[in-house]
Amino acid sequence: MGKVAVIQYPGSNCDLDALEILRDVVKTRTSLVWHKDLQRDDYDAYVLPGGFSYGDYLRAGAIAATSPSLRIVKEAAESGKPVLGICNGFQILVEAGLLPGAVLRNSTLRFACTWTRLRVETTRTPFTSEAQKGQVLAIPIAHNEGRYYLDKEQISELERSQQIVFRYVDEKKEATEDANPNGSIDNIAGVCNQKGNVMGLMPHPERASIPVLSLGSQTDGRVIFDSVMRTLHGPGA
Amino acid sequence: MTPGSYVVEVIVENKPLARDPEGETIHRNLILKGGYNQVTGVRAGKLLRMNVEANSPEDARSLVRKLSDDLRIYNPAAHTIQVRIVG
Repeated sequence: MGKVAVIQYPGSNCDLDALEILRDVVKTRTSLVWHKDLQRDDYDAYVLPGGFSYGDYLRAGAIAATSPSLRIVKEAAESGKPVLGICNGFQILVEAGLLPGAVLRNSTLRFACTWTRLRVETTRTPFTSEAQKGQVLAIPIAHNEGRYYLDKEQISELERSQQIVFRYVDEKKEATEDANPNGSIDNIAGVCNQKGNVMGLMPHPERASIPVLSLGSQTDGRVIFDSVMRTLHGPGA
Repeated sequence: MTPGSYVVEVIVENKPLARDPEGETIHRNLILKGGYNQVTGVRAGKLLRMNVEANSPEDARSLVRKLSDDLRIYNPAAHTIQVRIVG
């Protein structure tokens, strides 16, 4: 039976939310692990949760990216295990070089805390395998540095290699400027590595996975956790 | 060769094609509003000033350049840096 680690960094504050959804909602064995206590690649999947880390000095996620835990996560990623970064976790994965690009300050210069619509661009990752391509998920964001950036030509490369996983869209499922809450290039909300087993996104699926926390009682975020549970436990799970 | 203590600055800013909303806002809402129309653009960045023991100013600069790359003081996907000796 697969085991998931939710890694805590100094400043993580969405770790318990991720734990709750993984352990109690999708019923996967999950442990909270302080980043310095992660000694070996003992788990079958890793989640880097949202919040902050090391004051996010220099750049969001830049200092946590040098934690020895990232060496272990890197090894796990190389061996094909699923690795998910949410919000600050996404920023850490980008800064550690496990995901391409950079996550810069919002173009609005404001902290953005709102519900967004995310269009699923690929179902090839272990985090979207239970979703439908083109499906739109209502999931909230809460960040000051969420503007995904990569040079234009590298964006085309990302598109070709199916590494763009989510885009911010409007009610017509179109990636318009108005639907883009932070100025991310090409409305990108989440990306994966070439293999597809490492994924990061700025929105918080763990805040949209149980009805009492969600807009209109929907649980759109759950599909991400359901997908990883199915990946770990097989199709009969 | 002048062994000693040098002051080295690293300036990190967004690449020219990566928008800099902070610089744009300072330009539009402070400088142009204040009537300084001769200023045609502003880029905001981050400055790190380091005190470095080295054998020469060039060694100090190279060391800071190397650590900026090794430790990712900047993210090359989005930023450029300038490293300069100031004292």
